[in-house]
Amino acid sequence: MAANFPTQKQVQGGIGATEPGHDHAHHDEHHEQSFLQKYVFSTDHKVIAKQFLISGIFWAVIGGTLSSLFRLQLGWPEATLEWLTPFLGKWIEAGKLNPEFYLALVTMHGTIMVFFVLTAGLSGTFSNFLIPLQIGARDMASGFMNMLSYWFFFVSSVIMFASLFIETGPAAAGWTIYPPLSALPQAISGSGAGQTLWLVSMALFIVSQLLGGVNYITTVINLRTQGMSMSKLPLTIWAFFLTAILGLLAFPVLFSAALLLIFDRSFGTSFFLSDIYIAGQALPNTGGSPILFQHLFWFLGHPEVYIVIMPAMGMVSEILATNARKPIFGYRAMIGSLLGISLLSFIVWAHHMFVTGMNPFLGSVFMFLTLIIAVPSAVKVFNWLATLWRGNIRFTTAMLFSIGFVSLFIAGGLTGIVLGNAALDIQLHNTYFVVAHFHLVMGSSAFFGLWAGVYHWFPKMFGRMMDEKLGYIHFWLTFIGVYLVFLPMHYVGIAGFPRRYYAWTGFDTFSQFADLNKFISIAAIVAFIGQFIFIFNFFYSIWRGRRATENPWNSTTLEWTTPVVPGHGNWPGDIPAVHRWPYDYSKPGAEEDFIPQTVPYSQTQSSNLPYEKEME
Amino acid sequence: MLANEALNTKEPATGIHPTRFLLMLMMVSIFMIFAAYTSAYIVRRNEGNWLEFNLPPGFLYTTVVLLLSSATVQWAWVAARRDDLKQVRLALLLTFGLGMAFLIGQWLLWGQLVEGRIFFAGTDSNPSGSFLYVLTGVHGFHLITGLIFLLVVVWKSFKYQVHSREMLSIGNVTIYWHFLGVLWLYLYLFLLLNH
Repeated sequence: MAANFPTQKQVQGGIGATEPGHDHAHHDEHHEQSFLQKYVFSTDHKVIAKQFLISGIFWAVIGGTLSSLFRLQLGWPEATLEWLTPFLGKWIEAGKLNPEFYLALVTMHGTIMVFFVLTAGLSGTFSNFLIPLQIGARDMASGFMNMLSYWFFFVSSVIMFASLFIETGPAAAGWTIYPPLSALPQAISGSGAGQTLWLVSMALFIVSQLLGGVNYITTVINLRTQGMSMSKLPLTIWAFFLTAILGLLAFPVLFSAALLLIFDRSFGTSFFLSDIYIAGQALPNTGGSPILFQHLFWFLGHPEVYIVIMPAMGMVSEILATNARKPIFGYRAMIGSLLGISLLSFIVWAHHMFVTGMNPFLGSVFMFLTLIIAVPSAVKVFNWLATLWRGNIRFTTAMLFSIGFVSLFIAGGLTGIVLGNAALDIQLHNTYFVVAHFHLVMGSSAFFGLWAGVYHWFPKMFGRMMDEKLGYIHFWLTFIGVYLVFLPMHYVGIAGFPRRYYAWTGFDTFSQFADLNKFISIAAIVAFIGQFIFIFNFFYSIWRGRRATENPWNSTTLEWTTPVVPGHGNWPGDIPAVHRWPYDYSKPGAEEDFIPQTVPYSQTQSSNLPYEKEME
Repeated sequence: MLANEALNTKEPATGIHPTRFLLMLMMVSIFMIFAAYTSAYIVRRNEGNWLEFNLPPGFLYTTVVLLLSSATVQWAWVAARRDDLKQVRLALLLTFGLGMAFLIGQWLLWGQLVEGRIFFAGTDSNPSGSFLYVLTGVHGFHLITGLIFLLVVVWKSFKYQVHSREMLSIGNVTIYWHFLGVLWLYLYLFLLLNH
């Protein structure tokens, strides 16, 4: 039948809804793709996902290395770092790390981790991989735009990476690049070519995120398989969907701010600069407002932290339910809380700016809105705990990381309530308390979500299992390491130790924390080295891991109905239709402890609830 | 079977073609850029040290030109519905011409601004002027993408890929062009009201 249709040749990466899909007859005569089409310039969402994942791992190693370098400085401020000269070259001066380069390390660590690892590496990997597989689509709405999204990210990565090696050093004004510091090369050498490359790279990064984001949204809305109503979507998809909407609304604003900053830096405008004396010289710029930049930046910056954490929340919900063999507790409340968090994320940005001299009344409005975020966040936490409660828990590696995620999210979230209060924030602002807070609640939590996702979906990505024992070692090293690093930081922060300082030994107040800082540094570096266990496990298992089955975790969602390694088009035959929600685990009366979404109610009469009888 | 997959195996969604949906989402993100600039404009203006000057009256003419081009692109769409390809090409090229005229008009207005000592950058510039250049410039950039899109659809019409049963691309360009017109109207009114 299919052969009658002239449109048959257009199948590859076309437009979903009107795209004539693959059917049996066509799939068999499918011509072999060249290496370049298959692995490099691929339009297949699964290949693009792996490209994002491996790029993300690369960036995480770079970001972690940078943090180890500045932890060396913080832990042993008196030590000579001569031995790093072969590695850092002229940035080691007479055995000492160059203080400006220290700031560059902090800046690049933040930029890389927030954007390149936890935005591109996390959303890019799992939104791409899971959206078509879990909603029952052949591919993304536009495979070509999806491919462009990766390659924009790649070019942006190359530029950001190159900026690490230029003579004047990479950007050094913090990942928030506040002007005037970021605008004036006279102020710090990193604000020269390094900052220019940073801005160009981020502009391309934003284009990549938007190309990806519009695709995710369109795919979720338009290409769901039959029966997959929005109220039957796995929570992962809800999380990716709302994350993409946040990105769509927030990233253009960062682009606006970056463009104005580029004009200020290179074209002589004064959007953010005014009345500046530098090195005894008055600058001609008048009329600019540096606070304006902060407003624009944080209008992106705050949603950005939810862009980072929400995909992790979605994946953790899915993994907890699967491995507790229980339906997720409060499915609709989970969706509602995601919606609540998404909405609130746009109206709290000024809580990053309590000390900018804003009107105290405005500050209290933002404080009030900020504290409301605790409500949907707590709903999520209670639902995760209730899902675990009396569950038939299987401690897979992914499950351990998911439980670790919940633990870290609680530990970091509690201090968010402290920092959200304007009065307390004025005391704690820019101290290590803030560093500890966001590294727990957003950094480490999102990383745990990432790891949980990799361990859980690895069998579907590569057709093999990751090693469980190495996974356990990786988990315990990381989990304990993260707490040993960030719990002491709260203490240092309450004592008033400011972030981004090169050394504190000049101040008597802080020199008593020398031991504690050494302890944090050792924990951080050990935990970082522990990550190489994961990297070894990851690459070893791609080729040598135990072979996986189609559905190794006895899970209910659609991706596990595909072949062990799904090919182009995902399902060899027809796309399965969906009949039930994704969390039918341990249903009383059912033959097995899970019922896939594809099983109609007519086949499960023994376990149907009264209202489901009507749908038999 | 192929047709079956297209029609029957999908959950009913918006009824909008995915490509058009992608375009609409991109329009949302473009709007967010201007939402950021216009709100930044207001915030900055309220802080004082803001050079007040009169908007060159020429902006009214360019606005009228752009609104006319919205009419011609709509004409092209209607002609495509009637399978009148000659009119489609004429109307699209007319739209292209009006779009170019708008851009040239904006360029000349920049020249007028400079003559009136309203500069984009430099020691004599003030953010109020710089904002005007940024708003018109970024809008102009998006208008250029619209012009390229128009040329693509003209090219398609010559290959007989635009007619009453293939309305996707001409529909998309019509939507995008109207969006650019409305966006400019918003910016123009915004500038009129905030000057």
